[in-house]
Amino acid sequence: MSDTFLYLVQQLINGLTIGSTYALIAIGYTMVYGIIGMINFAHGEIYMIGSYITFIVIAGLLGMGMVSLPLILFIALVIAVLIASTYGWTVERVAYRPLRGTNRLIPLISAIGMSIFLQNYVVLSQGSRDIALPPQITGGWTFGDPNLFEVSFSYMQLFIWVATFVSMLVLTLFISRSRMGRACRACSEDIGMTNLLGVDTNRVIAMTFIIGAALAAIAGLLLSLYYGVVNPFIGFIAGLKAFTAAVLGGIGSIPGAMLGGLILGVTEALTAAYFPSEYKDVVSFGLLILILLFRPSGLLGKPEVEKV
Amino acid sequence: MGKLYNAIFSAGITFVLACLMIGVKLDTDGATLGVTGATPEQWAWIFGGIALVFFSQLFSDQIDAAFRKIPKPQVSHLIPVGDKMTQLKPWLMAGVFVCMVIWPFMVSRGSVDLATLALIYIMLGLGLNIVVGLAGLLDLGYVAFYAVGAYTYALLSQYFGLSFWVCLPISAGMAALFGFILGFPVLRLRGDYLAIVTLGFGEIIRILLNNWTAVTGGPNGISGIAKPTLFGMEFSRKSKEGSTLFHEFFGIDYSSSHKVIFLYLIAVVLVAFVIYVINRLMRMPIGRAWEALREDEIACRSLGLNRTAIKLSAFTIGASTAGFAGSFFAARQGFISPESFTFIESAIILAIVVLGGMGSQIGIILAAIIMTILPELAREFSEYRMLLFGLTMVLMMRWRPQGLVPMKRPVLELK
Repeated sequence: MSDTFLYLVQQLINGLTIGSTYALIAIGYTMVYGIIGMINFAHGEIYMIGSYITFIVIAGLLGMGMVSLPLILFIALVIAVLIASTYGWTVERVAYRPLRGTNRLIPLISAIGMSIFLQNYVVLSQGSRDIALPPQITGGWTFGDPNLFEVSFSYMQLFIWVATFVSMLVLTLFISRSRMGRACRACSEDIGMTNLLGVDTNRVIAMTFIIGAALAAIAGLLLSLYYGVVNPFIGFIAGLKAFTAAVLGGIGSIPGAMLGGLILGVTEALTAAYFPSEYKDVVSFGLLILILLFRPSGLLGKPEVEKV
Repeated sequence: MGKLYNAIFSAGITFVLACLMIGVKLDTDGATLGVTGATPEQWAWIFGGIALVFFSQLFSDQIDAAFRKIPKPQVSHLIPVGDKMTQLKPWLMAGVFVCMVIWPFMVSRGSVDLATLALIYIMLGLGLNIVVGLAGLLDLGYVAFYAVGAYTYALLSQYFGLSFWVCLPISAGMAALFGFILGFPVLRLRGDYLAIVTLGFGEIIRILLNNWTAVTGGPNGISGIAKPTLFGMEFSRKSKEGSTLFHEFFGIDYSSSHKVIFLYLIAVVLVAFVIYVINRLMRMPIGRAWEALREDEIACRSLGLNRTAIKLSAFTIGASTAGFAGSFFAARQGFISPESFTFIESAIILAIVVLGGMGSQIGIILAAIIMTILPELAREFSEYRMLLFGLTMVLMMRWRPQGLVPMKRPVLELK
């Protein structure tokens, strides 16, 4: 196997790792958009808060002398998901619900306000500098020719792949099998009709914010462990990227968000590999503009029909 | 009983959320990461916050009623209407303009400088108002056009030695061109997409400025940008290559405040120009079309209005105003770097438009002044500035989405 091929394989592995976490965040955007037709602007901040909670819990448990890594990760996951979901619910309650039925711009602006508020809330309570945690999951496999180029696939990356896969499986089952999932699907078809049929749509909307926040918290846990660094400003770029992924796959479509996240992650890794890495953000936002230009409904999305 | 349950529930949620962010703090102790508890003072804040949430939920009906009882500032009633207004208006405008011109000669240099900054924000607010307030397009990357304007002047003056006055229209033109190129693909889509794409565009411009080191100087920015001149007269102490100096020409002593006042006066003239142009545009068919499109897109299209062209014109004109403000900003600072053009700046401009009242020019001017002066007065709270910004945006949308001074439209009633 040639040198360049192995390099490409390595980039694909890295890209899929990042991409799968983008996909997790993107699902939150896509679900909220699918149901109320609005962008949840504070979603990136929920992801950032999830990362912080992960660090707090892990640092706290390590400080208390706990050694079992799986247990620590499990507790961190549960707490991060719970707290981030509460934040997601609060965002819906404060910034969206009181404004339902007003001009579309109004909830969008209040959500931007919410996002600025949450970011600065974390800056004030945790400080604005980077906080680093030593890698918890270490080791991995390497293959390829040691003289030319060695491809490495770490346990951490495997962990991310597995965790993402499991979360998406659970979500898919939830949406397709459970009562609440059916209500979600019904709401995204026609929210007014669903309401008439006796479904508490307010609860469904709150539920989508909670599910989105929970997935964003999982992504926060995975990415913060992967990078080992958090700061209060990571939510902004991550939110933008995930939104790009959601649009790429077709906003409103859950499989689309998954696919979009993976494609975006790979594109970014390849850009960073063959061009100066500063331009990877430019390429992903450029990609967003190109999709909107040529295929506004995304890869798997349904074209939007304007109703009078 | 429902109220009490609701209040207890909200207080509980607040407690959980506050505990895990304010109550524990991550601390790096050497190489290991530790967690420390909050100080008693912080706990006091947390419990204060919880009590606030509890009681505001418990008495939410009473609070809402009290809010409704507060007489809303009826500024619009102070302004005479009808024939009287058409007679008074030119005099009123002239009076305000004269006051604006005389004022800087009586106050300190610092306040003139601050007023110049406020005028820049007024320009930006008015420009964004065309896009957000009149045409109803949410632009979150407005600062990109501001940056384009600033860098156009800085680069042209650095590489080609062009003067401020030549660059001013060029900067506006460049920003308009960028607005046109960006708007063309995106404006055919729904509003929310526009918000995100413009946000992404703002980031792209900032990243490009940061990394295209050969031309833009990267993160170090561009310094030593030439100041504006008055008919070729410079405002510096010593002349560079034989150019006339302002104080020599008029035979007065050199004073550094001349330059500050001169910059202020340029800003006043620019703002007056922008207000004039926008007011004319609003009365033209195109301005009417902007508002009509915002109110009902489908109705507009069935009346034969070209949706894309109208949105594009609003977007482009808004962008050119930012370009205008940008080149003046570069000239005033003498130094620009990508740091000045972050998303927060876009958010501040948007907050000005939202607080002032979307579409209302008087409101935006007031909001721009408040937003510039308030942080200066409350320096000790500067770390809470952005937090309060965010909170104000949420609360404004909830209680007064039409802004401080709502836009007044001519209304004709059938009796």
